[in-house]
Amino acid sequence: MEHEITLVVNGTARRARVPARRLLSDCLRHDLGLTGTHVGCEHGVCGCCTVLLDGEPVRSCLTFAVTVDGQEITTVEGLAGPEGPSPVQRAFGECHALQCGFCTPGFLCTVTALLRENPAPTDEEVLEGISGNLCRCTGYQNIAKAVHRAAELLAEEGQ
Amino acid sequence: MTTRLFGEPVERREDGRLLTGQGRYLDDLGAGALAAAFVRSPHAHARVRDVDVSAALDVEGLVAVYTWEDLPERVGRALPLLIPHPALTHGRTAHPLARDVVRHVGEPVVMVVATDRYLAEDACARIEVEYEVLKPVVGLEEAAHGAQLVHDDVPGNVGAHLVQEVPSGAGASAREAIEAAPHRLAFRLDIERSASTPLEGRGVYARWDGTDLRVYTSTQTSTSVRMAVAAALGLPLPHVEVIAPDVGGGFGVKIMHPWPEEILVPWAAMLLGREIKWTEDRREHFVSSAHERGQVQHVEVGFDDDGRVLGLDVTILHDHGAYTPYGIIVPLITSTQLLGPYKIGAYRVEFSSIYTNTVQVTPYRGAGRPQGVFCMERTMDKIARHLGKDRTEVRRANFIEADEFPYDQGMIFQDGRPLIYDSGDYPEMLRMVKELIGWDDFERRPGRGIGIGCYVEGTGVGPYEGGHVMVTSDGRVHVSTGLTSQGQGHETVFAQIAATELGVPIERVSVVTGDTRRFGYAVGTFASRAAVMSGNAIALACRKVREKALRIAADALEADPADMEITEGLVHVVGAPSASIPLSTVAVLANPLRYAFDDEAVKATQFAGAASPDRPPVAEGDEPGLEGRDYYSPIRSTFAAGMHAAIVETDPLTAEIRIVRYAVVHDCGRLINPMIVEGQIHGGVAQGVGGALYERMVYDEHGQLVNASFMDFLMPYATEVPRVETAHLETPSPLNPLGIKGAGEAGVIPVSAVVAAAVEDAEGIEIDRMPISPSDLFELRSRRSADSG
Amino acid sequence: MKPPPFTYHAPRDLGEALETLAGVGGKVLAGGQSLIPMLNMRLAAPEHLVDINRVAALATLEAAPEGVTVGALARHAQVARADAHPLLGQALRLVAHPVIRNRGTVVGSLVHADPAAELPAVLAVLGGSVRLARHGQGERDVPAEEFFVGPMESAVRPGELAVSAFFPVLPAGSGTAFREVARRHGDYALAGVCAAVTLDEDLHVASARVACIGVGPVPVVADVTTECDRRPASTVDWAAVTRAVQEATEPEGDIHASAAYRLHLVGVLAEQALKDAARAAAQEAAPSPATG
Repeated sequence: MEHEITLVVNGTARRARVPARRLLSDCLRHDLGLTGTHVGCEHGVCGCCTVLLDGEPVRSCLTFAVTVDGQEITTVEGLAGPEGPSPVQRAFGECHALQCGFCTPGFLCTVTALLRENPAPTDEEVLEGISGNLCRCTGYQNIAKAVHRAAELLAEEGQ
Repeated sequence: MTTRLFGEPVERREDGRLLTGQGRYLDDLGAGALAAAFVRSPHAHARVRDVDVSAALDVEGLVAVYTWEDLPERVGRALPLLIPHPALTHGRTAHPLARDVVRHVGEPVVMVVATDRYLAEDACARIEVEYEVLKPVVGLEEAAHGAQLVHDDVPGNVGAHLVQEVPSGAGASAREAIEAAPHRLAFRLDIERSASTPLEGRGVYARWDGTDLRVYTSTQTSTSVRMAVAAALGLPLPHVEVIAPDVGGGFGVKIMHPWPEEILVPWAAMLLGREIKWTEDRREHFVSSAHERGQVQHVEVGFDDDGRVLGLDVTILHDHGAYTPYGIIVPLITSTQLLGPYKIGAYRVEFSSIYTNTVQVTPYRGAGRPQGVFCMERTMDKIARHLGKDRTEVRRANFIEADEFPYDQGMIFQDGRPLIYDSGDYPEMLRMVKELIGWDDFERRPGRGIGIGCYVEGTGVGPYEGGHVMVTSDGRVHVSTGLTSQGQGHETVFAQIAATELGVPIERVSVVTGDTRRFGYAVGTFASRAAVMSGNAIALACRKVREKALRIAADALEADPADMEITEGLVHVVGAPSASIPLSTVAVLANPLRYAFDDEAVKATQFAGAASPDRPPVAEGDEPGLEGRDYYSPIRSTFAAGMHAAIVETDPLTAEIRIVRYAVVHDCGRLINPMIVEGQIHGGVAQGVGGALYERMVYDEHGQLVNASFMDFLMPYATEVPRVETAHLETPSPLNPLGIKGAGEAGVIPVSAVVAAAVEDAEGIEIDRMPISPSDLFELRSRRSADSG
Repeated sequence: MKPPPFTYHAPRDLGEALETLAGVGGKVLAGGQSLIPMLNMRLAAPEHLVDINRVAALATLEAAPEGVTVGALARHAQVARADAHPLLGQALRLVAHPVIRNRGTVVGSLVHADPAAELPAVLAVLGGSVRLARHGQGERDVPAEEFFVGPMESAVRPGELAVSAFFPVLPAGSGTAFREVARRHGDYALAGVCAAVTLDEDLHVASARVACIGVGPVPVVADVTTECDRRPASTVDWAAVTRAVQEATEPEGDIHASAAYRLHLVGVLAEQALKDAARAAAQEAAPSPATG
């Protein structure tokens, strides 16, 4: 049986017909065509599929689309503003915080929420904040650097 | 040549799309394609008796089910043995789908195609395969005893056996040198399995239009997949295109090819006339791709009072899993790169490459080097301990000196060519790393130790790569090369090279990799070779283009090409910027036209009056267009090197191990983009830390991989990886025009050796097996207490 | 790795949820952070899934003088932010990673009954309980010692819903602590100990209890009040306490740790946790710590 659902994705109401077992990650990627959200393990460990659900980062591979019917979702495609990439996105580029880029959307969503809650995190808080996301390329050093840089950019731009 | 961009930390040009969700990875393509899934063997060793698909047939959305019986002969035959070697006397490869016997858990038995992956998995779940379970061969040493066989026709489970000997300068064998040495040691070392584990698994998406086959695959070599697919499907090469889209990490596992799925998905797409995609899931990746690292080494060494090695004899048991499609590259590299930066008196290395009922072994970043370096560096530490000397002193005593290059190690390397180091300065590197970590001032105390590890890495192996550079009439520069990218920033570094060579702003340069439509001849991205091989090929191609541009511009300006240069996309007479012509115009003039498609093109048309009526419009030996193609094919590898040092702390109560400092000195010749090189090192070290402290592939006695998930295969998070401090030494390679060496694998190579040394120093317990967990350390401590009590 | 098909139910209120569960049985989906991985790996294939995420009345957190009641839909992050119970807060910091805590629920974790999970130990050491409801029948409160039946097995019967969990507040002069060792930050613990210590007016140990994880089929509770011998924490015979805790456990070896290591670890962690808890209790007893 299929379910008619409405998700508010990146500010736009999107409708989809999905079976109950459709994972939110698959719904975003394959039903709505938003392939920026990546799938790395489908058991909730790697964090590639992290999106913001009503502003809070969650694993879209551990969420059924039908469960979040009617809720707001932000994906990597929705992070940039009208003026271009967000401070977090820019900081990741500046600090070389990505290599293959596969884990990056998950990190960007996680860090966006982290800095919203804690605009000036300590080193330890940064590590704790990104500790649920795996990256196989960067060794995390430049990702941690990028989080601090993003915090600076956000502070400068008064966001 | 201007060095404006070469050597600068230019921000990456691929990041714009990757940061905004606009990257295109394999599974992002092919919306609406049919989905493939596989029934895979749940047994490590079994005979397939019967496959009953009847229960699957009423699954809604099912399109097709295939077993080996359904495959045409050409498709169903054993997969190629990619790198034959005379010592690989019993090479064996799998069939795309199991023919009769399955030899590891995860081997594909049935292929299912359905309208989506959920339904394909539903169908897989209903297919019943009847197996006659055979006794599995698990464990390297058990396999080497040969009581049970993985392949009936491979006695002793020995796929390959190779002995290599390098006598001492005086002609003594290693055996003789060791026996005559004042000091001797013998010991055993173990390294467990790990795996590349990119966050994007493998994947294949194929479409067939009745004439042409296009295959997208998450690979490190699109050109070679193309040849393999064309051969297996009996298609003419020009009708097969293979494209590596954005690839979410490779680290070696994706250089292996053709995977069964790379043959089966295109085959089914042709048969069904439908687009088909297979996206590997995480569990499949654990049990159906490839692993590496597992070795047991028996070492005997003889040395003098200064710690100089007089003779070294290493016997290696190498676990290559169920099949050998990639040949014996890994143990070959172990046995040759083991020598590191040292002059060894006499050397003998013997390896046996052994079949087990486990996932096959193919290169993982470092490719046998971490094992070789572990062996040599543990040896150096044991010599120092035996003689009561500082560990760096013993290394120093064995180094090849800076004035001894090129240095011939007297062996044959993995590329079939002599193992001759091109350049380096190991004593200086040691000085640098000691200074960086503070070796001489280190305050040792129980639970706090320091360790060091040195390595030399053959990078940039041949046979060749090529580059094509085209300047279009809008002044843009289009660079393509056949090898692929998995995050190394090739679009940036190759653009830096082209922009520097051609004198154009980098914004005008775009780079395409891994697309056989753009460049058909290539080898692939592995062995830290991309920058060396394609970088130089692109530089050479750019030089051809530059020469032609100068010639055409000189003609137009009535100047001497020797007096001209290109700056900011403008071809001009040196010192006279007013006498200039834009590269875009040169591109127009390079292509004599009949038809003017835009205003600029008018200049090249037949009545524009520029060309001499006495010469053909395209001169003999010339070609239309401002483009160039060239290849770089080195006589042998370049040899990068590095030295790492670490300080670790061990908890006296919980036995937890923490790396508190990690220092790297690295020499990859001239740096194209230091930011990217640093990133490669950080990532390599993180993988090394994973291999040293966290990651192992645990098979039980039934041949089940018991930790086939990210819950139990412990890839480190940010909280587990130390900050890496780096310093660079640049000894340019004399072998290539750009003076560069490879950097991709460097970070990972010595980490297990370094961490083992530091833990040993902290604990006073010899560490001969890696990885080491807190539980392992606790057991070692308990054993010591029991021994001393 | 896609979940198998199931019939989906999304009740809007508790009555409907209970009715559905009583009618079809099936698995309850709350946070899904443990259930959905099992579904994705097809290690579980329930015919019916009852998604309680729309039952807003279950997303509650009530703090009363005698204890904190956590509703079935209260997520880890929500409970941690409310800071309603010190030990719960200490434990929640150790549960997986922040992103998982945004979705996972406290009650869900109890029902999942992973022997290496933190929250069952908190419930056990505090002597809390879980309230179970079933359509047409009254609610029943199951005390922690009866709730955890075995590894991944709780006392919830088919058709029942765990509607809330009650975490008692400790008496005045008490302190708590949670110590664990995990392979990676956020992993399930190799072993862990949560401790609750109550001091008397003279700052002598009046009561000391631990619950240990990763060293038995269910959280292993050990009351070490006797071993502490009503002494000040500084003069307690910790070796005897550690021994008593170790004797209560039955650790097993696996790919991450040997049984011997776990046994050793639980002793180390018990001492550390009890000392931490005693310190916290002393601070509580004398809020302005003039003396060390």
